[in-house]
Amino acid sequence: MTDHPNSTTEAAPSRMRRALDSDLFYAFKRSPVAMVSTVVAAVLILSAVFAPLIAPTNPFDPASLNLMNGFTPPMAPNAFTGETFLLGTDDQGRDVFSTILYGMRISLFVGFAAVMFAVVLGVFLGLLAGYFGGWADSFIMRAADVQLTFPSILVAMLIFGIAKGITPVEHRDQMAIWVLILAIGLSDWVQFARVVRGATLVEKSKDYVSAARLIGRKPYAIMLRHILPNILSPVLVIATISLALAIIAEATLSFLGVGAPATQPSLGTLIRVGQGFLFSGEWWILFFPACTLLALALSVNMLGDWLRDALNPRLK
Amino acid sequence: MLPFILKRIFQSFLVLIITGAIAFSMFTFVGDPVDNMLGQERTMEDVERLRAQLGLDQPIPVQYVKFLGEAVQGNFGVSYRQGREVSEIIMERAPATLELAALSAIFAIVVGIALGVFTAIRRDGLVANFIMSASLIGVSLPTFLIGILLIYLFSVELGWLPSFGRGEVVQVGGWTTGFLTESGLKALILPSITLGLYQMTLIMRLVRSEMLEVLRQDYIRFARARGLSERVINFRHALKNTMVPVITVIGLQLGAIIAFAIITETVFQWPGLGLLFINAIQFVDIPVMAAYLMMISVMFVVINLLVDILYAFIDPRLRVAAK
Repeated sequence: MTDHPNSTTEAAPSRMRRALDSDLFYAFKRSPVAMVSTVVAAVLILSAVFAPLIAPTNPFDPASLNLMNGFTPPMAPNAFTGETFLLGTDDQGRDVFSTILYGMRISLFVGFAAVMFAVVLGVFLGLLAGYFGGWADSFIMRAADVQLTFPSILVAMLIFGIAKGITPVEHRDQMAIWVLILAIGLSDWVQFARVVRGATLVEKSKDYVSAARLIGRKPYAIMLRHILPNILSPVLVIATISLALAIIAEATLSFLGVGAPATQPSLGTLIRVGQGFLFSGEWWILFFPACTLLALALSVNMLGDWLRDALNPRLK
Repeated sequence: MLPFILKRIFQSFLVLIITGAIAFSMFTFVGDPVDNMLGQERTMEDVERLRAQLGLDQPIPVQYVKFLGEAVQGNFGVSYRQGREVSEIIMERAPATLELAALSAIFAIVVGIALGVFTAIRRDGLVANFIMSASLIGVSLPTFLIGILLIYLFSVELGWLPSFGRGEVVQVGGWTTGFLTESGLKALILPSITLGLYQMTLIMRLVRSEMLEVLRQDYIRFARARGLSERVINFRHALKNTMVPVITVIGLQLGAIIAFAIITETVFQWPGLGLLFINAIQFVDIPVMAAYLMMISVMFVVINLLVDILYAFIDPRLRVAAK
């Protein structure tokens, strides 16, 4: 590190340079767990994003399916058509590898969107509660307490059920993904609100907030432009761990049949379908989606754990 | 002490009133019950008469109070899907879930405490380390995958245990039990392990860390100096003092076991309340959903309240803080 930039004599370093010199990147380089889980998560996420380019077939295009290809084992030619599939095919002759890629897209989309929703809602309510205090604080935090009384998966199921009841029957399948995002997001905002509220209470009494108030900035500007940037690191940690939990929650709901519909199967839906073939010996229809789900959830979870330790000043 | 308990009881009622409002609004805003009960050929008079009969023409707060009154008596009306009294269906399904939950809780407590003590005493042992690493994987596996894995191993590959249902059940009064037949007992094994595994690892890790903490204390060293046997030290002195937090966690996890039974019951097609609830969501069967919601919330609230009160009795610091 001989060329370490000295801010008093040299020009301000570029963003890239600053990122590479940061403590976080230093800790990252020294943690094999973090590197491996980043690579695994990145490969999975990228292959989900570019699924249409990677997947050999489009599993949702009926024209590309051949029922004769049904139940082909992995890496073995089909008895009738002679075609070979990397991870085999399901009962309708769909390539399992392609359905996993497309299924992962839905799992990740629901997971990301649900966490985003929970972050926005939780951060906003947490800022309000912490900054204004008073009845807004009591109301928001009591609501959080009531919701915390119940396991979040139960809350998500209930919201899913109610939302399903409200949507008209003919739109239910198209709306299912959005209902799922709403249900998982709403079941998850509490922890963001609690952490943000606590951090806001601490920041509120600092000088820079008083200064901002003194020059006449509006409360919302102080909350969003001044306090929020200073309390983002715990939010980032919880969001990463939440992503892993949201992916598992989505898979669980879809597995139970109260999530992604069969027309837009997520990894959980694929596992639900695959379970039906366990007894007849077609293990690959279940096994590969299950492994993908595990790899995805584990890698994101471990990344979150590492991030929590790396950003925790007390552990340094 | 008394103000603390009163405050907690007040909060519990608040939770119940809110969940009651959610259940009530499900009836009011999700689908019109009159639509569900009258067929296609109806006159305006029919609709009006039924609305008056059901009390739907009254103001919302009056309807809500009436709903709470009915709910307290366990009356949630008729299931849209099965056409039978909801309370009757729940009474019929409850034994399956309660037997499963009880066995899972016993499994989690007994095995969890035993393994926790073992891994604490043999802290550096090979087996203990193996158990600790295995428990990490166990915690991160989703419940439904554990269930599928167990079915694959013990039903498909080995063929030892059934993969679905309760087996043969015996009617004892109004209660159906699987404890009295061989097939009933066999059918209980896999679901209760699936359901209890997460709680088991949780209790195990908690007992282990508490034990390690306690074993460092002076009175343990003193007991050893007095020449007491290892068994007496570990179980009479150390384990006893780890029990306070463990009991709290066990209490709080009891509710979680009943809630997570939904997943296990779906994997094993176990004819209990969880499967009933999932089917109710799939078919938007509002009375069943509302009844399940109210039942679960009463249970959670009572458990939380009891644990809080118990904790206040055990831990004097909380009593001071509450004053």
